[in-house]
Amino acid sequence: MSHLTGDGMHGGYGGADILRGCTVSVDKGEIAVIVGPNGAGKSTAMKALFGMVRLREGDVRLAGESIARLTPQDRVKLGMAFVPQSGNVFTTMTVQENLEMGAFLRRDDISASMERVFDLFPVLKEKRRQTAGELSGGQRQQVAIGRALMTQPDVLMLDEPTAGVSPIVMDELFDRILEVRQAGIAVLMVEQNARQALAIADRGFVLVTGENRHTGSGQALLANPEVRRSFLGG
Amino acid sequence: MDIDIVNAAVLLANFVVVPAIAYGSQLALGALGITLVYGILRFANFSHGDLMAFGTMAAILGTWQLQAWGIGLGLLPTALLALPVGIAAAVAAALAADRTVFRFYRVRRSAPMVLSIASVGVMFVLNGVVRVIVGPDDRSFSDGARYLINAREFKSVTGLSEGLSVRTSQVLTLALAVAAVAALFWFLQRTRAGKAMRAYSDNEDLALLSGVEPDRVVLLTWAIAASLAAIAGTLYGLDKSFQPFTYLQLLLPMFAAAIVGGIGQPMGAIAGGFLVAFSEIALTYPYKKFLRYVLPEDMQPDGLVQLLSTDYKLSVSFAILVVVLLWRPTGLFRGRVL
Repeated sequence: MSHLTGDGMHGGYGGADILRGCTVSVDKGEIAVIVGPNGAGKSTAMKALFGMVRLREGDVRLAGESIARLTPQDRVKLGMAFVPQSGNVFTTMTVQENLEMGAFLRRDDISASMERVFDLFPVLKEKRRQTAGELSGGQRQQVAIGRALMTQPDVLMLDEPTAGVSPIVMDELFDRILEVRQAGIAVLMVEQNARQALAIADRGFVLVTGENRHTGSGQALLANPEVRRSFLGG
Repeated sequence: MDIDIVNAAVLLANFVVVPAIAYGSQLALGALGITLVYGILRFANFSHGDLMAFGTMAAILGTWQLQAWGIGLGLLPTALLALPVGIAAAVAAALAADRTVFRFYRVRRSAPMVLSIASVGVMFVLNGVVRVIVGPDDRSFSDGARYLINAREFKSVTGLSEGLSVRTSQVLTLALAVAAVAALFWFLQRTRAGKAMRAYSDNEDLALLSGVEPDRVVLLTWAIAASLAAIAGTLYGLDKSFQPFTYLQLLLPMFAAAIVGGIGQPMGAIAGGFLVAFSEIALTYPYKKFLRYVLPEDMQPDGLVQLLSTDYKLSVSFAILVVVLLWRPTGLFRGRVL
C-alpha cells in the first residue's frame, strides 16, 4: 500500500466534475508523475489530494488513514508539502525568510534543514538576503521547493515545477528532485515535459478528462506505443 | 541681510516645519493602520478615523479621572498616563467590529468593496457612540507645560525678531511616533508573528500552506492598527484639540498618505504622512512676512501670498491623490493598486 493515495476521486470547483474517477498514489522514496493533455485535471488532482478541491466521491489516504476531511493546513501538519505552480514564493520577503516561513510550524532548531536546502540549491545561500521577487524563474522554483522542504515533509507535491524555465534549468531541477527522492521523501508532481518527467518517474499516471487513461512505471509508459503516439509526440 | 535670512528661516520653522513634523507624525501613525489593514484584510477601512476618535475619547476620560484623583506627570501631559486606556478601548472596539461585522463578510469571501462599505457603517456607529459618550463639542484635556521652547524666550535669548515656539505636545508626538514606528518595524521584521503577518500580506494562500493561522494574523492586525490609531488620535487631540468630527476629516489625508506611499507598504505610509502634512501646511501658509525678509524692498508683495486658503486644506490631499493615481498608481514605494 502506498504512503499517499487518492482513490477514485470525483470532484471539481462547484460546477461539473473535473475529476471523474482519478486514482494516483506515491510511496516514500519514489517519484510519481501525473501527465496528460491540457485540461485533463492534473493540477486539480493535485489540489484534491491537498484538500483544496472538494471531493464528491472517493478518498484520500495518508499512511493508511483517510485525510479527506482535513483542511490543507492540517495536511501540512501531517507532513505534506505543496508547491503551487504560480505564486509559490513570498516575493517581498528574502530568500532566507521564505525558507523560515516554510518552517513556520516547527519549534525545533531549523538551521540543519536550512543548511540541507542550501546544499541542495547552493545559489540560494548566495542570494539568501535578496528578496525572492528579484530572482529568476528557475531560482524562484528552487526557493519554492526549498520552502516546502523546510517543513520536513514525507510527501512533496510539485505542480509543474519546470513551467517557464529553460531546458538546462529543467534538467538541473530534475536532478535536484532525484536527490530529494534519495532522502526518502515521496515526490508527486504534475509535469508538462512528460517525456523527461516519465524518464525519472517510478510511477506515472496519464490523465485524460479527469480519468486515468494509463498507469504504470515511468519506463513502461515511455515504452507504451499508444502513450508515445498520443501524449509524447511519437 | 544675513540676519534677515535667519529670521526668515526661523519664521518658516515656526509656522511650517515644526507643525508639519508633528502633523505628519500623526498622519503617519494613522496611515500605518490603514495600510496594515489593507495589506492583510484587503479592504479600505473607512472607520479608521472614528476608531481614532474612540480611542482618544477613552484616553480623555482616563485623563479626566486621573486629574480628578490629582495624579499627573508634572511637565508632561497626564494623557500620556491615560494612553494605555485609550489603546485598550480602541483595540476592544476594533475587535468588536471585526467580530460583529467584518468577520461575517470575510468568511463569505465578500468583495473588498463590500467590506469597505460595511466599514462606512462601522464608522457611523463609532462616531455616534463617541458623540453620545463625550459630546460633539471641543474637549480640552492637555495639561503640563505647554511649551518646551517659548517664542518670547527664544527671541530674548537669540536676539532675533522672529520667535520659535515648540510645544510639548509636538515633541511628544515626534518621540512617541518614532518609538511606535521603531517597535512596529522591529515586530514585523524580527518576530515570528510579524513575519507571519508579512507573509500573509504578501501571499495569503502560500501563508496558509506554511501553517500560518489566519485568525491570529487578523487579530494581531486589528490590535496593532487600533493601537496606532489611539496613539495618533490622542497626540492629535493634545496637539490641536479634541472634537469628534475632526477625526472623520483626518480620514482623507490619512488615506492620501497611505496611497501616496504605496498601499500595503509601512515605509510608504510614513513617507506619505509627511508628504501630505508638509504639502497641506506649506500650501496654506501665507508667505508675505517670509518674503519681506528675503526679497529686496521694491519687490515686496502686497497680498498675503497664501497659495490656498486654509478652508481648502482638505483639497490638498485630494490633489495629491489624483496626481499619484495618474502618474504612479502603485505609490512611491510600489504598493498595490487599489
